[in-house]
Amino acid sequence: MMKKIFISRDLVSYSNQGQRVIPEVTAAAPATLSLVFGAAVIWVVMAILMGVGAAVLRGTVLDPLLMIIALIGISMPVFWVGEVVNLVPQSRLHHSFLFSWVPPLGYTPFTQNPVLWFKGLVFPWITLSIMYIGFYARVLRANLLEIQNEDYIRTARAKGLTERRVLFRHTLRTSMITFVSLFGLDFGVLVGGGALLTEVVFAIHGVGFLTYQSLTGLDLPVIMTTVIYGAFFIVLANTLVDIAYAGLDPRVRPA
Amino acid sequence: MAIALTESAEPPGQAPDLEPEISGRSPWALAGRRLWRNRIAMAALVLFLLIIAVSFAAPLYAHDIAKVNAFANNLSGTTIIHGHRVPLLQQGGGLLKLGETPIGPTWDISNYFLGADQQGRDVMARVLYGGRSSLEIGIGSAVFCCVIATVIALIAGYFGGIIDAALSRLMDIIWAFPVYLLAISISTVLLTTSNGLSIGPLHLVATSLWLPTLIIAFIYLPYVYRPIRGHVLSVSEKEFVQAGIAQGASDVRLIFSDILPNIVSVVIVLLPLMIATTILTESALSFLSIGVQPPNASWGTIISDGQDLLYTRPWVAIAPGIMIVLTVLALNVLGDGVRDALDPRAKLRADAVDRARALRHHGARVCDLLQDARHRPGQADRGSQPEPADPGRDTPPVRSRPPVPRPVRPDDEEDLHQP
Repeated sequence: MMKKIFISRDLVSYSNQGQRVIPEVTAAAPATLSLVFGAAVIWVVMAILMGVGAAVLRGTVLDPLLMIIALIGISMPVFWVGEVVNLVPQSRLHHSFLFSWVPPLGYTPFTQNPVLWFKGLVFPWITLSIMYIGFYARVLRANLLEIQNEDYIRTARAKGLTERRVLFRHTLRTSMITFVSLFGLDFGVLVGGGALLTEVVFAIHGVGFLTYQSLTGLDLPVIMTTVIYGAFFIVLANTLVDIAYAGLDPRVRPA
Repeated sequence: MAIALTESAEPPGQAPDLEPEISGRSPWALAGRRLWRNRIAMAALVLFLLIIAVSFAAPLYAHDIAKVNAFANNLSGTTIIHGHRVPLLQQGGGLLKLGETPIGPTWDISNYFLGADQQGRDVMARVLYGGRSSLEIGIGSAVFCCVIATVIALIAGYFGGIIDAALSRLMDIIWAFPVYLLAISISTVLLTTSNGLSIGPLHLVATSLWLPTLIIAFIYLPYVYRPIRGHVLSVSEKEFVQAGIAQGASDVRLIFSDILPNIVSVVIVLLPLMIATTILTESALSFLSIGVQPPNASWGTIISDGQDLLYTRPWVAIAPGIMIVLTVLALNVLGDGVRDALDPRAKLRADAVDRARALRHHGARVCDLLQDARHRPGQADRGSQPEPADPGRDTPPVRSRPPVPRPVRPDDEEDLHQP
């Protein structure tokens, strides 16, 4: 195996004889990337809206309501959500005008048909992002409320800044530090194959699906490759988080 | 972190009469009272206990009410619906009119309430039995995980030095794997390729519920270990531990009677949240058919069975999912309630924000700031302080609620009880 790694620079799958491993992973990567990027956009936007909304509306009925929705989002197993989501557009409602545009399960490459790519990924995006929306909204709200007690927020108000400016330039910006570091790590894990359950439920042949297949088939070369691939993205995400940190929090720059 | 769910629990007017009670009660009794008053958390606790009771009554339901065997094939079975005898598996149902379709929900509690699955087994009975396995694995692995992690954290945090370094690096190695990847790898090896796990005289067959329990407990060790070790480190530095050392107390005594009681609250806060996490993990592993093995059922395996029937008999997959959501939601709410009860500081911070809002609303911000400047000169322009300023000190003229006495952290209170 060492010889294969260092001389021919690739491994051959055990179960799929003749199939080289690296092309297999690079073929699977675009599906995972499309899935995770879209989901990330949805979850960041929704989590900020919900978290800030709940923090601003504190004391009204909407705040506990939003947080209960977030908690339900965290409590749902992602593969089950995927199945229930599949049930809506793929089953009886498939022929109604509302869902007739949804293509059958599977992944269409962007280069082949961008419209079909988008249509096929809408529901996987939503499914994958639900748990993260709940989690991030809760973290963000707690963070915002904690920061509102800091003295520099009081100072900002004392200077006569508008509430909106205090919220967006002072409170939200500080809580973005936690948000960004969490986001970076989760994103890295997902790109590296962590979206396994969503990929299995929606039959998207991405890296997570490949990992799952190789693990159940004990296809050692593929397992090695996907684990190294996943680890690479986790390390990369950590690095990017550290760089983003410096951008958001000037205090860490000299260090 | 304060959460919204506890807000309605304490009416604002009740706060001042807490004061006289603080003197004579143990911190645990106080935390218990706070939790008892938190109606939403208590409702979650009741729901969780109800789910446990119903799930553990599965044999009773199967034997006495539904009169079915939830684990045996019943392909040629029949049942009576509206006076007609119908087979459990009907030929040519569904959209394609192919194959066999089990009967759907009858909504009759004693007769295939949720219908049958592809082998003619009562889905309702299976959901209850599945709940029993899921809860056993979830609670079992969370308890295991917390106990083992606490012991390791106590040893690492107390002895420090090379022991701490070795144990912490060991935990870092587990931590470095993505959770599901590690769980799937271990489960694949232990459940599908070999015949279970053998450690010395102990042998676990692949169908044993102990295997998923131990696997899940193992993968979450570092998640529990890290926060507990941090607390052990900080408690070890406290004066009462120094006093114990000066008195010549043994290591075992210091660990178990001085340090352990001060970190138990951290473990208790983590426990319900860990049960929620482990139940979700168990269901995911079972869904991928590398968790609970047949003939046992769990919510995850039933959802996985239901995947084939999704478009014809969706309830097979939906029902266990609803049970998972309810259980995990109840545990999350309960966990938040327990945390608020044991860490009143989080609640206090939220109250401070409430007061600030009320002040702003009444346009009394300037008064507040003036008073602030008078009481604490030179502090108004400081940047980030480690501790949020105590809002109970400056009492502004316009106030929406009476001032809350500053609650003491359970840790601090417990310090007072130490020798």
